[in-house]
Amino acid sequence: MDRIPILKMGRFLLVTIQVDMDDRLADTLQNDLTSRISQTGARGVLIDISSVDLVDSFIGRMLANVAAMARVLDAETVVVGMRPAVAITLVELGLSLPGIRTALNVDRGMRLLREALGDATGADG
Amino acid sequence: MPQNTNLSTLLAQHEGDLLTAWLREQAASGARTMRVLGEKDAREQSAQLIAALRTGLAGGGADSIEGSAWEQAREVLSRVSRDGAQAGLTPGETALFVLSLKRPLFALLRRQAGTDAEALGEDTWSATMVLDRLAVYTTEVAQRTRDEIIQRQQAEMLELSTPVVKLWDGILALPLIGTLDSRRTQIVMESLLERIVETGAEIAIIDITGVPTVDTLVAQHLIKTVNAARLMGTECIISGIRPQIAQTIVHLGVDLQGVVTKATLADAFALALGKSGRSVSGIAR
Repeated sequence: MDRIPILKMGRFLLVTIQVDMDDRLADTLQNDLTSRISQTGARGVLIDISSVDLVDSFIGRMLANVAAMARVLDAETVVVGMRPAVAITLVELGLSLPGIRTALNVDRGMRLLREALGDATGADG
Repeated sequence: MPQNTNLSTLLAQHEGDLLTAWLREQAASGARTMRVLGEKDAREQSAQLIAALRTGLAGGGADSIEGSAWEQAREVLSRVSRDGAQAGLTPGETALFVLSLKRPLFALLRRQAGTDAEALGEDTWSATMVLDRLAVYTTEVAQRTRDEIIQRQQAEMLELSTPVVKLWDGILALPLIGTLDSRRTQIVMESLLERIVETGAEIAIIDITGVPTVDTLVAQHLIKTVNAARLMGTECIISGIRPQIAQTIVHLGVDLQGVVTKATLADAFALALGKSGRSVSGIAR
């Protein structure tokens, strides 16, 4: 079965979405991610969607749900690498994802997470 | 269709006479066509139109001017219409130019038919149908030309009015001029987001000094743009809010949803510099 890999980088988890999402994949991702967060005690989750070029309300809701679940488990979520077309589509759909932090790329996302956690050493330390 | 063959042979026989009579008619009626196009051009185009009319009547008949036999006539009229429009003729005047052929043509038919009232009626009817259709055609061409010009100008205006300016490393400015409608918002959003990807900007300033009015729709479009930029990880500041606009926004009950707003672009720029850890200071002399 298809799975979206979740990489551990220091105290953060990195999720790179590279395939089209469907119900089952989203469900698996939510299961995997929540259990990884509680296993590792990760404080931050980085979701890279730079290779996603098609979104619908389903993906938008999925991202919001994942972020909400991570927050319950005391981890910050940053969505990085959203493409212009994707951003416009989400806004037109009325999904401006108010609860999610965003950044232009993984680098910036990491910095944002470190700042949010008030932690200068971050993932490397 | 014997009457059409009749018309076309008649035109062929009396082409010269008809042209002279028509030009005299044009000059006498005081139509502007002749003055605007110049006598030589008017004569040339009148001659071409009569020739094209003959071809059309011989090949296609008087019932329709759609067929290939009428192509020459349509071409001549398109040219007249276009040249006339450029020289300042109204579509109405161009149509009158075609319709002014009726009088000399009917006179010719009357002379030809003699006492045969039935034939005269038939021929007059065919001739009037054709000339009316051709006159309507010139108006259509004029309309189409005008529409094309309007569309081109709209496209040019959209391109002109949405520049994204880089103010500093990581700071973009988007000076908006003119009213924001859905179409423009789309283009503004696209160009802003693309520049964000290109420059990696962290802060974008949307300056609305040049936006004449802000109603709920414009505000909604602004919020959309701000949200789209935020999804890409860029913070937006809205600047250039004039006093009247501030009043309107409050009176309309528009909620700017926690968007940072500043009165002037300078204030917004100072804030942006501060957020990116820079400051501007004077030099001691």
